[in-house]
Order: sequence, then structure tokens, then C-alpha cells
Amino acid sequence: MARRETPEINAGSMADIAFLLLIFFLVTTTMNVDSGISKKLSEKPPLDYVPPIIKERNIFEVNINRNNQLLVEDERMDVNQLKDAAIKFIDNGGGEGKMVDNVSTGLCDYCKGDKSVTSSDHPNKAIISVQSDRGTEYGTYIIVQNELLRAYTELRNRLSQERYKISYTELEKLYRDDKNNEDLKKKVEAIKLAYPQIVSDSEPTSAN
Amino acid sequence: MSKFKKKKKGMPAVNTASLPDIVFMLLFFFMVTTTMRETSLQIDTPSLPSATEVKKLEHKSLVSTIYVGKAKDSKYGVGYNKIQLNDKIASSDQVPAFIINARTKVSEAEIPFMTTSIKADKKSSVGTITDIRLKLRDVNALKVSYSTNTGSDIR
Repeated sequence: MARRETPEINAGSMADIAFLLLIFFLVTTTMNVDSGISKKLSEKPPLDYVPPIIKERNIFEVNINRNNQLLVEDERMDVNQLKDAAIKFIDNGGGEGKMVDNVSTGLCDYCKGDKSVTSSDHPNKAIISVQSDRGTEYGTYIIVQNELLRAYTELRNRLSQERYKISYTELEKLYRDDKNNEDLKKKVEAIKLAYPQIVSDSEPTSAN
Repeated sequence: MSKFKKKKKGMPAVNTASLPDIVFMLLFFFMVTTTMRETSLQIDTPSLPSATEVKKLEHKSLVSTIYVGKAKDSKYGVGYNKIQLNDKIASSDQVPAFIINARTKVSEAEIPFMTTSIKADKKSSVGTITDIRLKLRDVNALKVSYSTNTGSDIR
């Protein structure tokens, strides 16, 4: 009796089917990792809130008008110069030095600024206030925010390099990979405390 | 003479039996990494501004996204200041409801870690963003991320 061989199944079109599925998933896939400038909003102040009195010299005013032009400390400025101006302000360190709650509010021993009497006392007192118009383009607003953050990053990197021989960016990355490392945590916190990011958004001026 | 005639030999066929395996492997990779878009955009895909000091958003389930940009449908009018919440074009007054609704989907302990990602077009105006920000502050959704591309916009 002749044995009949089972015929082989033709798998030639298998690849086509798989390709079809593959292309479908390729098209529908979104692999974007969402990233952006993160900010913490201030809490809603209570009704009877009295804003603290802040010395004029400790405020760095940035105004953006509806034509996307910058006015920094009452002078027109190009966005390219904003970072350096901010660094100069934050790092001024013009205070005399007194201790309040174990935080030195005056003398800043790591600042390298001009110690000018018309600019900020200490990085933890230096407030950057951004005021924009309602009609300002969002793109410009983000550029300004980014430049200000760059100023902080540069200062933090510098301090970290001096203290720990490693830039702050690297330090933060190391800490992210190793969250339980107390030593790294302490270092990151110390740098953050030395140059806290204080950027406030004031209510925009009306376009009309 | 014909003894020396070269035998005509066809090119040997390349063995493609493993091709499906390779393709399947790729297929599985994409299947696993795919996240389907949850909402369909009612506005033109915003051209995000660029920034260098960006932070990556972790925990996608804790992120609620607000889009701002130009509406695709011209019945909503032109201009880059239309807000999209979920699947609809909305006004900034509906932002608190949107956030509270998003909160019901996560456990109570995780609420403080929720982030609102604002994906706004470069040409949107700050006024719209401020309106959203004030509404977010009303419901205590204080963590905000302004979504950007990585790079520099400064010429």
C-alpha cells in the first residue's frame, strides 16, 4: 500500500501576514516620551493673606510685552542676554550675614557675584518675577522660563563641581539611578538649597 | 563537445523560512511597546516650543493632558487659543471638572503626585495658559508640566 505523505502546509504567505500586522503597529505606535518644563504652582492664598514685604533689590523683574519683547529690570534686553543677567542677579550675594532658622539669610560664602548693594542679598532670597502680557506668545514665555532655569542649572553645576568635583546634572542622574543612596541625596539637597529655584509668575497684564 | 558544456546552475534560492520569525519578533516588540492614543485630537497637532531644561514625565497613568491650539473644525473659530479636554473643545471653566474626574481614576495616595501636562502650541497666548493655571490652582492641582521638545529655540 502506497503511503501517502501528508502535504506540507505552504507557509510562504506567513511573512506577508506578519508584515501587515507589523506595519499596522508601526503606524499606530507613539513612542514619544513626554517631557517638559515642570513647575509647581503656588497654593491659592487665603483671603486675608498679606503678602510679605520683599526688598526691591531682591526682586528681578522680567516683563514680556505682547510683541514678545523683554524688559528686564526696566531695561530692554535680548533673550540671549537673559541667562547671564539672571546669573549675575542670583549670584550677587550682597548680604551682610545673619542667621535665621539655621539658614544664612545674608552672607553667601559660595557666591561669586559682584556683592553689589543694588542686587540680591542671597540666592535663597533672590526672587525672579516674570510678568507677561495676556497676548504674549506661549513660545516666548517658555524660552524665557527656560533661560531662567538654565541660569540656575549653571550655578548649581558650578557649585557642585567645586564641592563634589562632579556637575549637578551628573549628580542628579546618579541619584535618580540610585534613590536609596543617602549620601547622594544629601548632596543633591544641599545644592538645591544653596540655589533654590524661585521663579514666580505674576498675574499677566491685560491685552485690552 | 557537449561533454564540456557548463552545466547551467540556477542561483540557489535564499532560505526565507526564518523571515516570519524575524518579522514576528519585531511585531511582538511593537505590540508590547504600543500605547494607543486615548484621545483623538480636536486641534491641530500643536507645534511645541523647545527647551533645554526639561524633565521627563514619569508615571503616565498619573498625567492628565490639556491641549491648547488651533481647532481643526473651523466652527470653533480660528486662533490658537482653543482648549481641548478629553475629546472635546472646552473652555477653561471646565478644567476643574476635568481634573476632578481624572482624580477618580487613581488611588487617593497618588493624588498629590498627579501632574497636568499642558501641550500648547508656540503661537498660543500666555493669557489662555494663565486661565488654565488659575483653574488648576483652584482645585489644588499644583504640579504642572509645560510640554516641550528638547532642543533650543534661541537663534
